[in-house]
Amino acid sequence: MSAATPPLQPPIVDPAQTFGSVTDKISSIVLSKKSPLVWLVGFGIAFSLTMLLLYSIGYLLVKGIGIWGVNVPVGWGFDIVNFVWWIGIGHAGTLISAILLLLRQTWRNSINRFAEAMTLFAVACAGLYPVLHLGRPWLMYWLFPYPNTMGLWPQFRSPLVWDVFAVSTYASVSLLFWFVGLIPDLATLRDRSQHRFARFAYGILAMGWRGSARHWQVYDTCSLLLAGLATPLVVSVHTVVSFDFAVGLIPGWHATIFPPYFVAGAIYSGFAMVMTLAIPLRKIYGLEGLITMRHLQNMAKVMLATGLIVAYGYMVEAFMAWYSGNPYERFMIWNRMTGPYAMGYWALIFCNVIAPQTLWSSKIRNSVPVLFVLSIIVNIGMWLERFIIVVTSLHRDFLPSSWGMYRPTVWDWSTFAGTIGLFAALLFLFIRFLPMISIFEIRQILPQAEVTEPQK
Amino acid sequence: MSQIFHRSTNTFSRITIFGAVFILALLTWAFGELSRSTYATQAGVDREQPVPFSHAHHVGGIGLDCRYCHTSVENSSFAGIPPTKTCMNCHSQIWLSSPTLEPVRESFRTGKSIKWTRVHDLPDFAYFNHSIHLKKGVGCGTCHGRVDKMPLVYQERSLQMEWCLDCHRNPEKYVRPRADVFRPDYEPPEDQMALGRRLVSEYSIENRTSCSTCHR
Ligand code: HEC
Ligand code: HEC
Ligand code: HEC
Ligand code: HEC
Ligand code: HEC
Repeated sequence: MSAATPPLQPPIVDPAQTFGSVTDKISSIVLSKKSPLVWLVGFGIAFSLTMLLLYSIGYLLVKGIGIWGVNVPVGWGFDIVNFVWWIGIGHAGTLISAILLLLRQTWRNSINRFAEAMTLFAVACAGLYPVLHLGRPWLMYWLFPYPNTMGLWPQFRSPLVWDVFAVSTYASVSLLFWFVGLIPDLATLRDRSQHRFARFAYGILAMGWRGSARHWQVYDTCSLLLAGLATPLVVSVHTVVSFDFAVGLIPGWHATIFPPYFVAGAIYSGFAMVMTLAIPLRKIYGLEGLITMRHLQNMAKVMLATGLIVAYGYMVEAFMAWYSGNPYERFMIWNRMTGPYAMGYWALIFCNVIAPQTLWSSKIRNSVPVLFVLSIIVNIGMWLERFIIVVTSLHRDFLPSSWGMYRPTVWDWSTFAGTIGLFAALLFLFIRFLPMISIFEIRQILPQAEVTEPQK
Repeated sequence: MSQIFHRSTNTFSRITIFGAVFILALLTWAFGELSRSTYATQAGVDREQPVPFSHAHHVGGIGLDCRYCHTSVENSSFAGIPPTKTCMNCHSQIWLSSPTLEPVRESFRTGKSIKWTRVHDLPDFAYFNHSIHLKKGVGCGTCHGRVDKMPLVYQERSLQMEWCLDCHRNPEKYVRPRADVFRPDYEPPEDQMALGRRLVSEYSIENRTSCSTCHR
């Protein structure tokens, strides 16, 4: 932004910030000896929930997946619902860090770091579910093609195998991207911290970063390359996840709309989650100058756009059921709307389609509390969407004699709550030990960074 | 500000990154070796038996046919373990005073079977059938090794699925003429592949690799 064009929108960062103030502000959160009370309480709760997760997993290992509500005909329950939900949430981080970097959307610089962290932690939570639902999780290495004693390869024609590759690639590229992005800031922390151990730890992680021109050049190339690698992942990962359904011959799953509809849904829920996290963070740590209204407004717009795509997806599903003339498809959609899970369906329509329409109004987009509530509504809505897709298609089998209902047990819920705890706990640790906003990238977008040719 | 790390850290960290690749490769290799090792498969380990029955004596020495004792091997899935009566055919006449044979005599007196320790034991989810293998020209020795040289039976092969499949995919490497399946000292001829191919078509051997062959 040059001074010639007056900003129509609020600025990306508070113009009063300088190199020094930004560095101080962000690094002091990490380097201070004291944690805010909110942090302690929040981490305590998250940690307890993580323990609940461990307990649930332990019990699962001992007893087997019979402790969950899944059974014929609904063989996929919370495990898959939550897997898809968490993976979806991760997508916003990759979108923000990769695609917006390539598109040179500098506003991303304030939110990319913790959005990427969110991606990683969401993928970690997501990755747990398919492994746990294997039945014998300790044999999970069978998922990978390696010369085993059974003389078998995984079934490469199965989308479930593609999933393994999609998710593991996603996790490793996200981790790499995040870590590479952290290196310059880790060096800042290394240089600023007083404690011997902290200097040592940050020093190792900073990998000898000295900030020389050569370092920066290599760094820029590297992060562009990684962004290039990560960009297709934004689209591919959830496409593959949607294949898990779309390749199956089940009414309500076997649809060509699934890949784009899932990808949009993923970004939708991801941005909702970024918003849910950003709003309290900027409040608690006083980061309103760095994560400004501009960011919240942009994210709200992305949510509105992707929300419309998702709404279109719901419409197409219903339309195709009618237009195809296929009695099973028709029954499926009718059953969704009026059957035993109808409440869930209409709640999801409310959360994902109706409530976000308020975002058309700029007044709403400017109101932080309303945005916060909306973001939570969308998160719930997207979770419901996955629940409806997974469960309603399965619980009415082709033969009425094999119809059934899915009722999550207390262990389904405890595992779900547990992964939320794990996610939150990781996030709290991240906030405490790593700079949650990219220091050097913020410096780049400060007015102070603008180079003016000396007048002769 | 003082340096936190010594200069050598640079070299050290480069080596670490480079070495990680090898460590991963090494771990994978070690895992593969371990899961095929005799420790995992128990191949080559002989078991304590209540009576030290020796195939080397009875088969290699006296020259008994397998079917004398393993009577059902030709027409059933189970090869069969001989009842005490079979032993007593001879041991009611010879080696009457041998103390090692006391459990056999006791079993005969009381009518309680000798509790042999199983050597070959597939998991219950895998189905195996002896008769089909013999009919299609797979000899005992191909799977059980030189039983006629074993003082105590041990498992010769891994019995892992890849072992079954190796033969089911290429039976011509192993089949022999039907007449020779019970010969413990059979050695495959030089031109096994030629013979194998001929026998495969003669006995119309199919490649059985579908999962439901063995996992029914
Ligand atoms: C005199 C009777 C007799 C004859 C002949 C005989 N076996 Fe056996 N076999 C036994 C007895 C008894 C056992 C059980 C004790 C043991 O495992 O050593 C046995 C066990 C075995 C086992 C191991 C079974 C297990 O527990 O897994 C194999 C393999 C075997 N015999 C193969 C053969 C073959 C091949 C021949 C022919 C070359 C043969 N046997 C001939 C009596 C006989
Ligand atoms: C065909 C006759 C015959 C049958 C059937 C037979 N054996 Fe024998 N067994 C012999 C002979 C002969 C010897 C002595 C071999 C030698 O020392 O070379 C012998 C030796 C043994 C010995 C060694 C005794 C010692 O004191 O060293 C044992 C143990 C034995 N037999 C167990 C069995 C068992 C168990 C069975 C039944 C599964 C069985 N035998 C069936 C003929 C037989
Ligand atoms: C294709 C390989 C193969 C051939 C050929 C074969 N066996 Fe087996 N044998 C096995 C396997 C595998 C087992 C273990 C079966 C189980 O655990 O169900 C076994 C088990 C046995 C047993 C233990 C009892 C049982 O049936 O489980 C005896 C005895 C035996 N074999 C004898 C023989 C004899 C005698 C011959 C030759 C006439 C023979 N086998 C040929 C593979 C073979
Ligand atoms: C050395 C070769 C060989 C080995 C080792 C071998 N098999 Fe076979 N097997 C055969 C042949 C040959 C056939 C006959 C195929 C046909 O139907 O023409 C056969 C057939 C079978 C059949 C019957 C197929 C049917 O359609 O009924 C079963 C079951 C079987 N094998 C199981 C096993 C198992 C389990 C193992 C490993 C423990 C095994 N086999 C190891 C050669 C082998
Ligand atoms: C020729 C017989 C045979 C065929 C065909 C076969 N298997 Fe197996 N399989 C076995 C045997 C024997 C075992 C047990 C030995 C072992 O664990 O390696 C086994 C073990 C397994 C195991 C390990 C189970 C466990 O809990 O340890 C899996 C998984 C398996 N098979 C899958 C398959 C699949 C999938 C197919 C079809 C593509 C298949 N098998 C075809 C014989 C067979």
